[in-house]
Amino acid sequence: METWVVSNIVVAVLVAGAVWSGVYVRRSEMWAQAARELWRRSPVALLVVSLYVGIALVDSVSWIGGDGVGEDTVALHEARSPIDRLFADFREESYSAPLAAVTFSGETPLLHPGTHLFGTDLLGRDILHQVLKGARIALLIGGVTSLLAIPLALFFGVSAGYFGGRTDDAVFFLMSVLSSIPSLLLLIVLVMVMDKSTLSVCIALAVTSWVGFCRISRGETLKLRELEYVQAARALGIGPVRIMYRHILPNLMHLVVITFVLMFSGLVLSEVILSWLGIGVDGSWGRMIDQARDELSRDPIVWWNLSAAGAALFGLLLAVNFVGDAVRDILDPRTLRENL
Amino acid sequence: MLAYVVRRIAYGVVVVAGVLLLLFVLFFAVTDPNDIARRALGDKVPPDVIEQWKANHGYDKPLWPWQAADNLLFDHFRRMVTFDFGRSDADDAPIVDRIRRGIGPSLVLSVPMFAAGLLLGVVLALFVAFFRETYIDAAGVFVCVLAMSISILLYIIGAQYVVAKLLHWFPISGFDPAPDVVARFLAMPVLVGVLTGFGGDVRFYRTVFVEETSRDYVRTARAKGCGEGRIMLWHVLKNGMIPILTRVVLAIPFLFTGSLLLESFFGIPGLGSITVDAINGNDFSTLRTMVFIFSLLFVVGQIAVDVSYSLVDPRVRLE
Amino acid sequence: MTAVLEVEGLTTRFPFSGRRVPIVDDVTLSVGRGQVLALVGESGCGKSMTALSILRLVPKPGSVDGVVRLDGREIQSLPVSEMRQIRGHEIAMIFQEPMTSLNPVTTVGAQVVEAIRLHEKVRKPEARGRARDLFGQVGIPDPEARLDAYPHQLSGGLKQRVMIAMALSTRPKVLIADEPSTALDVTIQAQLLELLRQIQRDTGMAILLITHDLGVVNELSDHVAVMYAGRIIEEGTREEVLGSARHPYTTGLLRSIPALAPRGEKLAEIPGVVPSPDQWPEGCRFAPRCARAFDPCPERVPRPSGLSDSHRVCCHAVAEELAG
Ligand SMILES: Nc1ncnc2c1ncn2[C@@H]1O[C@H](COP(=O)(O)OP(=O)(O)OP(=O)(O)O)[C@@H](O)[C@H]1O
Ligand SMILES: [Mg+2]
Repeated sequence: METWVVSNIVVAVLVAGAVWSGVYVRRSEMWAQAARELWRRSPVALLVVSLYVGIALVDSVSWIGGDGVGEDTVALHEARSPIDRLFADFREESYSAPLAAVTFSGETPLLHPGTHLFGTDLLGRDILHQVLKGARIALLIGGVTSLLAIPLALFFGVSAGYFGGRTDDAVFFLMSVLSSIPSLLLLIVLVMVMDKSTLSVCIALAVTSWVGFCRISRGETLKLRELEYVQAARALGIGPVRIMYRHILPNLMHLVVITFVLMFSGLVLSEVILSWLGIGVDGSWGRMIDQARDELSRDPIVWWNLSAAGAALFGLLLAVNFVGDAVRDILDPRTLRENL
Repeated sequence: MLAYVVRRIAYGVVVVAGVLLLLFVLFFAVTDPNDIARRALGDKVPPDVIEQWKANHGYDKPLWPWQAADNLLFDHFRRMVTFDFGRSDADDAPIVDRIRRGIGPSLVLSVPMFAAGLLLGVVLALFVAFFRETYIDAAGVFVCVLAMSISILLYIIGAQYVVAKLLHWFPISGFDPAPDVVARFLAMPVLVGVLTGFGGDVRFYRTVFVEETSRDYVRTARAKGCGEGRIMLWHVLKNGMIPILTRVVLAIPFLFTGSLLLESFFGIPGLGSITVDAINGNDFSTLRTMVFIFSLLFVVGQIAVDVSYSLVDPRVRLE
Repeated sequence: MTAVLEVEGLTTRFPFSGRRVPIVDDVTLSVGRGQVLALVGESGCGKSMTALSILRLVPKPGSVDGVVRLDGREIQSLPVSEMRQIRGHEIAMIFQEPMTSLNPVTTVGAQVVEAIRLHEKVRKPEARGRARDLFGQVGIPDPEARLDAYPHQLSGGLKQRVMIAMALSTRPKVLIADEPSTALDVTIQAQLLELLRQIQRDTGMAILLITHDLGVVNELSDHVAVMYAGRIIEEGTREEVLGSARHPYTTGLLRSIPALAPRGEKLAEIPGVVPSPDQWPEGCRFAPRCARAFDPCPERVPRPSGLSDSHRVCCHAVAEELAG
């Protein structure tokens, strides 16, 4: 299947999932209260995060043909998102400064003077366009990685904590080995031995980041296992899978939410470093920053692409970090402190 | 106590063996030696040249013990354990020599960075915790979150551009181990290293200290007439150092993460630069050696911390 | 009787759902030289908070009003640095929780030495010598070796003895002992109380003894103040309060003698439990649980009625009897 079709399906699934969770949160007293409290504490950060998510979602919907594909003939046969269509006609010859009327070298007049809010890059592409597209990559990296890492960590952590004994020893050993290798190095090695794609980067990030949450869920399971009602359920002969699913997992959900938010910014930051090493994801802010590095030494200096990508990255991480702090304070002030 | 140390070291050995096995899987089983050879020699070389190269670099044996008694797995373990790292896949230079040359600059950078970071972090955190629940505290936490949201790449670029290029305070990059000038070259990487770490560290240390201030023994200290300053510097600091030590050992690999980029950007010929060169040059043998060495350092460091734990915290000592 | 410690109108407020609730409400007490005043009441009635308020050690959102006099000198508005000179030096305190009240990472000897050296200019070896003597005095076996022990190496009883040694180290005028034996075994409780009594006899210091154990009150105290929901509802000499109590709460308490009523457990003779501070009623706070409650009780706060020079009761029913 074509990537753009998959992407559209994913958007549909995500929107459906969001609606479903919204309904669920509304029904459950605890989550509804947590959501209200979150909104009360950091409305600005929440709005900023929603803005980024909105942009990413809009950029993930695409189709072939239709309006706004520009004069480029290739574009006619490629799927374009609404954001691409918005910027399709605004391509220049070369660099131009924000809102400038002429190109950077040569002083040739721009086709669209004064329209490039953040200027253009070497190939005359609009920086704002690229920055907006970066939001999708950043959220993709954070989202896909969490989707891989959290279930993995839950599986290993809960089984280790619940069964103890050999299982626990094995999982503990695995965690010790993985956490002995500096995570950035392990990440680099994994990306290098796999073929380079967004998915491999996410897999590598997941492998290096699941250990922390595994340790937490193992510890929590150890505690939950000793609770009276769990003991009672065991005495009644209820199977371990059912107990884990009914009694242990629901009590770990708040930790999942916190971990998801707190893990996010670390993942995006790691991708920036990978980009600098030349093994990041195409179109990410990390890639933009890396490419813009040398342009600072041009004279006159080209600062806008670096600043725009840097600011977009900073804005997202700042908002996510504030939301993360609030989420942690609301849902669980203690358990995670030592581990994340 | 002795039994504990022995047990701890034995487990460390097992973990290092696990790391070696993982490295083997990644570098030999997943990555085909033919592929490594082609990456080193280029795509269009005749097969016999590749075979020759593989023989020279010790890639020409079967992978697993059940295939042959003389196999790559045993080779890999034997070489790593005896520190016989062989030659670089990229330029055939002996890896050991390279590492030996890299250790000095790396230590010269990372030790001051680590010490400055820890000291600054603890001092700032104590200060912020002293003013807990005031605007000073809130502002401190805000600054920490701000600092945490900036990529290290931006710190480096910013420092190089503003401090070195515009202000000409320090050289943009480079290294000279002569004692009278080395500080000039280290100032910026150390500064950037401390900046990248301090947000998360200060916030964490602050939480630890604030939590300690609500404990009963602090109330006892107050009731006997102890001043707030003394409480912070004596009672709270000493108790807080236990969770902080844990954090510090967890931070050792991140310390390396930081110096990987810093060394490369600021042109310091340390282990980090060697690693980055190995990544850029597809030099797998150097890369896996570096991974092994850093894991080894991490395991040794962790054992050291676990043992020193039992020195700081008398409750652990008894076990 | 000359009062060493006098407390007048002590009120400590904490915010509860937007309101500042007086957890300690208009408490007036006085302890004479060489006397033991027992402050009794059910768990959660504000005894510990009263003690902390006297020393101005109330935790953060709380605020304290009222007058505290030490030897006639008002100390409630002293600057913090002078207050520190009083804490541990003139008024010492022993806490309810011996397990957690010592610093876990320093030796107990060092903690006693610290207490001495905070207030007196003495060298470390000398302070250490004094700490050793104190350890002997409070009945810690092998004091020299115990000086270098960490808290976790000592039993609860020994820890509390260390706390007592620390409190005595600067020969304070007033000792506030907040349920010093509650967290301990019954046999150790008896030993500790015996120790306190002996110390009190030897040193002649004033003791504010906080407890909910009427047996302890009977053995140790000269005066008794009964607290309910933040207020003192009856006070007098030991004979007056234990022998001819008038307040319905005190009589109920006496009849049930909850030697060791655990937190939250109902008293046999008094229905219900102490409500939490944000649900304290207007008027007499005991009214909802009181068998003798009548019209004015839920509306007006009862004023103290004097039964003798020392015996006072805050109860509308008693006031009515006296008047009528
Ligand atoms: N930090 C605090 N913030 C708010 N309320 C508090 C705080 N500490 C105590 N309280 C409340 O103050 C009331 C009195 O507490 P206090 O500890 O003085 O009771 P107590 O009489 O000493 O009880 P116990 O016998 O259990 O020690 C309690 O209802 C408690 O809920
Ligand atoms: Mg109490």
